[in-house]
Amino acid sequence: MLCIVGTVPAEDFPLMEGMVEMNGDGLCMQTTTIPINRGTPALIAAAAMSARALGRPAPFACLVGDTGRGSGSARLYEKMVGLLPRNRFQTIAFHYLQPMVDWHGKIQAAIALLVPRPILIADAGFMYVAKMSGMADVGELAFLADEQAPHPFYTRGFILHEDNQVPELISRAYKHGNAARYLLVKGSKDYLADSGGIMETVDSPAEEAMEAIGGTGDTLTGIVSVLIDSGMPIREASVVAMKANRLAGQLAGPTPATQISEIIRHIDSALRLALDNKGQ
Amino acid sequence: MALFGFLKGNHPRDDSSVRDVRTDRGFLVFDSTTEVIQAEKLLKNDGLSVRVMGPPPEIRQGCDLVIEFPLIDGLRILRTLEAAGIPPLKAVPVTGLLLEPVGIFQIKHYGRYLMVRAANMKLTVDRQTGMIVNISGGGCPDVPFLAASMVGKSLVEAPAPRDIGHTLCGYALQLAYEEVQRQCSA
Repeated sequence: MLCIVGTVPAEDFPLMEGMVEMNGDGLCMQTTTIPINRGTPALIAAAAMSARALGRPAPFACLVGDTGRGSGSARLYEKMVGLLPRNRFQTIAFHYLQPMVDWHGKIQAAIALLVPRPILIADAGFMYVAKMSGMADVGELAFLADEQAPHPFYTRGFILHEDNQVPELISRAYKHGNAARYLLVKGSKDYLADSGGIMETVDSPAEEAMEAIGGTGDTLTGIVSVLIDSGMPIREASVVAMKANRLAGQLAGPTPATQISEIIRHIDSALRLALDNKGQ
Repeated sequence: MALFGFLKGNHPRDDSSVRDVRTDRGFLVFDSTTEVIQAEKLLKNDGLSVRVMGPPPEIRQGCDLVIEFPLIDGLRILRTLEAAGIPPLKAVPVTGLLLEPVGIFQIKHYGRYLMVRAANMKLTVDRQTGMIVNISGGGCPDVPFLAASMVGKSLVEAPAPRDIGHTLCGYALQLAYEEVQRQCSA
């Protein structure tokens, strides 16, 4: 089972766990409706659409409200430390959580005791705090590549955030031990890399406006999480997800003003297309 | 790097990226990034020469900031902050190296739309209407909240990220927001 751990941008959203389904233009968890905007709700919606396309169960999620104060994230970290030993998640995607070094250490300690060990996917705040894990866009890759920066805000100027430097930045991130076993980087060209170098690239279809649209990294994380949880090898899952995310964008006919919910509507058909054309 | 040393061992520090130690400066430590952002606004409005910086490794938690200030203005600053109800947890002379925030903007034009990026945060506006149409990048949990609060509003109506944000991503978005305002008024 896939478990998604993240936050909802509302302080009064309670600490909740359970299956999440698409419900019209929103998400439904127990009896609560969650609007789909960028952030963890966009990731869950992309995962739910992908699960539907694959005939997989809806994703399980552990959520809390947090608007950046961190108190919700702290409660969720604490909840996960207790919940992890009692569940057998095959894949866990950690997402928008306030970076907290102490709680990250406790989560890692709890995961280290799990047998079998789940596949971990980290994006957004959890990637910042780990600085050793999976998903990044080009700006965040520069942060991973800067061995001194504790947050992208401090990425040094000489490490420029340019797409044409991605291979060099990936190499630098691995050299300093700041990347996970696999690193998936979203940009004008998407990359999958490991410590041996770049394994795969995907650069079509290309829609320049996608860079401006908030949430396209969230959707990529949601799609790849479901594919990996389905048992697909990580390399293959990453390529299919990169293609599907781009196709969903193209199907939406995007402009810089397009909202992520308009792209999510197309993930079901985009993923089917990417799977049908696998290997091409 | 000390912050992540427990994960993967320490690495030698290249000091070319960080500021020289300034013995005439101190830094203020607060309970939260929210208070840092409020204090910076207050002190700058008061005409004081302060800067938001990254804390030294021994007090760093992951997503935090400190305010660097001239030691000579220490008492005035403490009085101002106490009067505003946001006293710092401590005021410490700078004896080590503080991290320099990113200072590079990237600007991209998509026809009628303008996108400005500061660090990992991107803000896009429709130049014809002055409307904020998208906010992308960032990983701290105030980013989706900031996007929900600002997208669909004009630059005039939208709340400033420093007024409702709490994290370094929120602070980076403030820099992008100020640059967009500068570009649109030019």
